[in-house]
Amino acid sequence: MLTVRDLHVDYAGVVALRGVDLRVGAGELVALVGANGAGKSTLLAAVSGLHRPVRGTVTFLDEDVSGLPAYRIARRGAVLVPEGRRLFGHQTVVQNLLLGGYHRTAAEREAELARVYELFPVLAERSGQRAGTLSGGEQQMVALGRALMSRPKLLMLDEPSLGISPKFTKMIFEVLAEIRRAGTTMLLVEQNLRAALELADRAYVLQTGEVVMSGPADELAASDEVRRSYLGL
Amino acid sequence: MTDLLQSVVNGLLIGAVFALVAVGLTLIYGVMDVINFAHGEMVMLGMYTSFFAWSLLGLDPLLSIPLAGVSIALTGALMYFGAVGRVLGRSPLAQVIVTFGLQVFLRGLAQFLWTPNTRTVPRPWAAGLRWEIGPVVIGGPQVIMAVGALLATGAVAYFMNRTRLGGAVRAAGEDPAAASLMGIDPRKMYALCWVIAGLATGVAGALLMNSYSASPTAGVSFVLMAFVVVAFGGFGSITGAALAGLLVGVAQGVVGLYAPSYTLAAALALYLVVVLVRPQGLLGTR
Repeated sequence: MLTVRDLHVDYAGVVALRGVDLRVGAGELVALVGANGAGKSTLLAAVSGLHRPVRGTVTFLDEDVSGLPAYRIARRGAVLVPEGRRLFGHQTVVQNLLLGGYHRTAAEREAELARVYELFPVLAERSGQRAGTLSGGEQQMVALGRALMSRPKLLMLDEPSLGISPKFTKMIFEVLAEIRRAGTTMLLVEQNLRAALELADRAYVLQTGEVVMSGPADELAASDEVRRSYLGL
Repeated sequence: MTDLLQSVVNGLLIGAVFALVAVGLTLIYGVMDVINFAHGEMVMLGMYTSFFAWSLLGLDPLLSIPLAGVSIALTGALMYFGAVGRVLGRSPLAQVIVTFGLQVFLRGLAQFLWTPNTRTVPRPWAAGLRWEIGPVVIGGPQVIMAVGALLATGAVAYFMNRTRLGGAVRAAGEDPAAASLMGIDPRKMYALCWVIAGLATGVAGALLMNSYSASPTAGVSFVLMAFVVVAFGGFGSITGAALAGLLVGVAQGVVGLYAPSYTLAAALALYLVVVLVRPQGLLGTR
């Protein structure tokens, strides 16, 4: 579904990614792990069109999307839940969710909204509240729900548990497991390694802008070398 | 007492026009962080459109409202695609220079094409109307301008706050990158702001021809008030601009009753008080 080849990205004048190769098959959940500053977020930003690659290609659904503006990539079905959630804080919960389904028909939006409310019943209760006034955990639910509104073919998540209480983190991961069972392909960046590797099929370990290791998630989780050198466990 | 009441009514009526002129200014600022110094020139072009619709086609200013609205909306699109859209993401100074350049250009163009002479529609239909409510007398043109301005301002507010597309424009204003992750093209939303601002100023221009004259500098006094109104209402807030427009109008009217030469000073003093006491404006958030 997604193939990244020899991707080089500079960010703020610094080389952030140097020659990354990565593949996500249909229906797979792939995790990206590594220390802070390894380039995980930059990789997601480059795939979703927020950063332009200097070199290399991003192929999504057999089409070269490298260098396309973010709104075009989103319309093709590769949707990013950005780090820090980036909600439209002045608009209400339901307005945020509906914006997520901006390019779908009214009937599709209604159906998808019902599904999001089923996944996160608390959002139905808070539908008229301004998104900026929600707690961090609730905001993350809105961010995830907003991305789901477009029924993405590839869902990319950047640190969905960052700054969120353990209770909400557990809930978010349960929902991710459920979305995955429904067949959505996912690329996950997550600092909570145990949770990420438990959920993922495969994982890539990034270090200073390069893939240093990859393989089935359970093998990486079990490998002492990975735990010590790259994951700091 | 009667005089005071009369001044308040007059102030409310002209205040509605201030609000309509301010709406486009606050919209462009709120969404794009661009101050459009050529906003008054858009009003001026709307006035000329209405004047020529009368002189060439015999249309009353009321009937040329759609024509002026559409013409200046197209002008707004042209200004965005031809100039302002090309300096997005550059330094704020570049944007200031571009809109200021547009102001000088459009004013000069008007002077070149149509001379500095003032142009007036002699007897607009509304001038034949007049109401007396108790001791207060209100003229047809003032009422027509106010009603038209309130309707148009309400329409813009409705569009921005209640429609899907309006929500997308606000989303692009709040966080363009996040909006683009929803599949929304922020640049299209910016262009839409200029079209709406053009629509609003075009309608305002045609309404104004019921009682004012077109000239290359006709927009200046209204846009000066609009700047006060935008700051007073809270930068970016359309409802705030509507409210502030009415208040500035009343302040001007009442001061005009006692000290006619200080009306402009009154409006600017009001602005100064707001900036000192409540810098974010009435309904502003920043």
